Amino acid sequence: MTPDAKLLPSGLPRIESMEMRGIVKKFPGVLACDHVNFDVKAGEIHALLGENGAGKSTLMKILYGLYHPEEGEIILNGLPVEINSPTDSLNHGIGMIHQHFMLVDTLTVAENVALGLKSTREPRMDLDVVSARIRELAVKYGLKVDPNALVSKLAVGERQRVEIVKALYRGAALLVLDEPTAVLTPQEVEELFHIFRQMAADGHALIFISHKLDEIFALTDRVTVLRDGKAVGSTLTSQINKAGLAAMMVGREVSLSRERPDVTVGKVRLSLKGINAFNADGQQILKEINLEVRSGEIVGVAGISGNGQRPLAETVAGLQPVASGTVELDGQLVTGLPPARMFKAGLSYIPEERMHDGVVKDFSVAENLILQDHIHAPFSKGIFLDFKFIAKHAQRLIQAFNVKTPSRETLVKNLSGGNIQKLILARELARGPRVLIAAQPTRGVDIGATEYIHAQLLKGRAEGLATLLISEDLDEVKAMSDRIAVLFEGRIMGIVTSDEVSTEQLGLMMAGEAAAV
Amino acid sequence: MGKTRLNRQHLERLFDTLLPLLAVLGAFAIGAVILALQGVNPLEAYKAMVVGAFGSKNGLADTLVKSIPLLLVGLGIAIAFRGGVINIGAEGQLIVGALFSTYIGLQLGESMSPALVILLGLAAGALMGGLWGTIPGYLKAQLGVNEILSTIMMNQIAIQIGFFLLRGVMIDPAEIAAGTNIPHSARLTKAIDIPRFTDIAKSLGFTESAKDLGLEGWSKEIYGLLAEPTRLHAGLIFAIIIAILVYIFLWRTTIGYRIRAVGLNPHASRYAGIDVKKNMVLSMTLSGAFAGLAGAVEIFGLHHRMFEPLAVSAGYGFSGIVAALFGKLHPLGMIPSSILFGGLLVGGDKMQRAMQVPQVLIQVILGLVVLFVVSTDYFVRRRQNRRVSVTSRADDLILAAKTIEEVTNE
Repeated sequence: MTPDAKLLPSGLPRIESMEMRGIVKKFPGVLACDHVNFDVKAGEIHALLGENGAGKSTLMKILYGLYHPEEGEIILNGLPVEINSPTDSLNHGIGMIHQHFMLVDTLTVAENVALGLKSTREPRMDLDVVSARIRELAVKYGLKVDPNALVSKLAVGERQRVEIVKALYRGAALLVLDEPTAVLTPQEVEELFHIFRQMAADGHALIFISHKLDEIFALTDRVTVLRDGKAVGSTLTSQINKAGLAAMMVGREVSLSRERPDVTVGKVRLSLKGINAFNADGQQILKEINLEVRSGEIVGVAGISGNGQRPLAETVAGLQPVASGTVELDGQLVTGLPPARMFKAGLSYIPEERMHDGVVKDFSVAENLILQDHIHAPFSKGIFLDFKFIAKHAQRLIQAFNVKTPSRETLVKNLSGGNIQKLILARELARGPRVLIAAQPTRGVDIGATEYIHAQLLKGRAEGLATLLISEDLDEVKAMSDRIAVLFEGRIMGIVTSDEVSTEQLGLMMAGEAAAV
Repeated sequence: MGKTRLNRQHLERLFDTLLPLLAVLGAFAIGAVILALQGVNPLEAYKAMVVGAFGSKNGLADTLVKSIPLLLVGLGIAIAFRGGVINIGAEGQLIVGALFSTYIGLQLGESMSPALVILLGLAAGALMGGLWGTIPGYLKAQLGVNEILSTIMMNQIAIQIGFFLLRGVMIDPAEIAAGTNIPHSARLTKAIDIPRFTDIAKSLGFTESAKDLGLEGWSKEIYGLLAEPTRLHAGLIFAIIIAILVYIFLWRTTIGYRIRAVGLNPHASRYAGIDVKKNMVLSMTLSGAFAGLAGAVEIFGLHHRMFEPLAVSAGYGFSGIVAALFGKLHPLGMIPSSILFGGLLVGGDKMQRAMQVPQVLIQVILGLVVLFVVSTDYFVRRRQNRRVSVTSRADDLILAAKTIEEVTNE
């Protein structure tokens, strides 16, 4: 079982070229893929770019055998093949690296890699053989992985490398990389790209899915853009620029820069002093947090996922109990009060996990728009909901915030991610807040909707809203914020003026390596 | 394409609506095989069942009488389900409701206006049932105790408390005097019986029997049902009014809105400042209250005395769950579903007598119906989840990722 062999572990020939030809996939009401052509060759990194719902994941799921296309064929090494299940695609040497890691925390790296594979000496385990082979792969591709390490002890970047090793170990010759950089620091991204280039140089074919235009240019050889289920263009990456790609994706010119007009900063609206907090396991998740946000100001919070962003937001929202310290909203001391009181004090909160925490998917658009405010007039009289007003309110917000929905009675689960985010934004901004916490407001949202959400946040800023913008997208934080607080392991590493800091500096602070200058 | 999509959606909706009926037919099909193996003609047996339940005024009256507790219990079950908790304790809640309302009825007797005593008795039943539901609700909200287990345990406690009281302080003094010591209470005074349909008809002036009027066929049976002496009592009208009120409560009030929000997504509710724990307890309290109310209505409308707890509850605490699922957990849908299920219970009895099949066999067939109905609910949910995953992309990804992992780890 060597990676250079012409045959895969399954005995099938190694992928030299893959072509998807005329793929059509229909869902009730949607043409998810409309005669899409896509191809990739060994040694090449091909980017697949498109807004949410453009058909990227459908196309990749067809390649992975999860969906069956109505029309079209998949051609490997010049021969049409049938891929009916993930097992088929694995046998053909197609591997997928998911955004969400699929590892068992309580097992070691080697055990995770061996999981589900036949041992060389059944029924006994052959972890030593597996470990040796992992080390071999690690050296070859520059993947720093210790086979004996417990997965629960690994950082996010390391876990991702384990996923890659897993795919390579299983003999994947074509890898689909689904937004692999979402959870990494800029430095880690650079390392990861190095690994990908090495893999391509070694004859692997890579499909790279990303929203981030910079990464497309930094890494890929070719790029194919999907829009509304159609492949609208395919070109060498070197022959196109950012603006061109963005326009192709959205179907119109989009502005990629964010103008932050000068706004007079007002009084302190949100003030956190000496906040310490612990999670259910007794681990300290916030350490001595001091932070102020003023009227007319956007303060960005940067950091690698899981360094205290969520507890920080939940502290302000009254969802995270604090061990010590004080929270002030618009001059009122609100430490330890329940969420309903925070909202009353002028807080609006766009939670990070919007499908999970932001909306009730089986409620209609109108019902979701009154989640906090149904309890008082004008949405209800006594204990009875005022449906006339609720309907009017919904109609107004749908129009004002450009939410694309068949009607206000449509269940939210039938809307796209970007529209759900617009719906939440509409709900939170229409409440007339004085403080807004926006956690990952544009994650997984397409460029068009992102542009819109940013414009709304800037509009709020101009009107004197104090915004805490928590995001893992450094470009977003830098473009939108007046000041940036960097979180590392629950501590603020420093608060910097966003126009005076470089991405490299931020990256180092995010890694906990340097304090503010 | 547009046209076919529409048709497909319509078909799916039709299918979902008809699914409970299909489930019953499926259960009957298997039941038919079992009946045939017993040497009974299944068609005749089922005919006896349907005719027994719906074919005469007495059959219909019995069916409707049984549908009353089924509907009331089912309403409570539906509120719990909508609020995201599962109440398997309706049996116990019904029993304590029946016990307490009997006590109130015995105590108040004819001391005040009958209507007021009945009302107080029903309130007492609801109160006690509500308390019986609150306990597991509170344990779930505060300590994370599984409400399925705790409600089942509460059933046992209720049954034993019932025997304890009926053999002790609540026993009919006549039983002690006669030395028979059968554990039941004295009969409530007739003045506080919930009026029967026949009494209402008489007070409205319909004193002739169907025969006197020369009615034939269906009109004879219907007139008989409404005006001639049967066991059918005004609890039916009461239960239907309650069902409409529950509908208004769940869909038109802020409290109902919060209960549904918590049931559908406790996380988003918490993030929106809704007190999830409080609403969880509230839905259990209300759920228990409706079961307790069912118990009280059984006492005042039908039995007029408390006797063996399990004979009073008669499994309504469990069959009410099925009636609720059968009605798609919708208060109005549950009106026909309780009647249908009441018919199954009555028809089963009639079939047993007509065809000389063992009682156990009837229970097997009813059990099959329960099993089929409950599994179709699961089936619908699963399909809905799948449909969601196609439309909501984030979930789709996670689902796909998990699927892949499962497959690769095989």
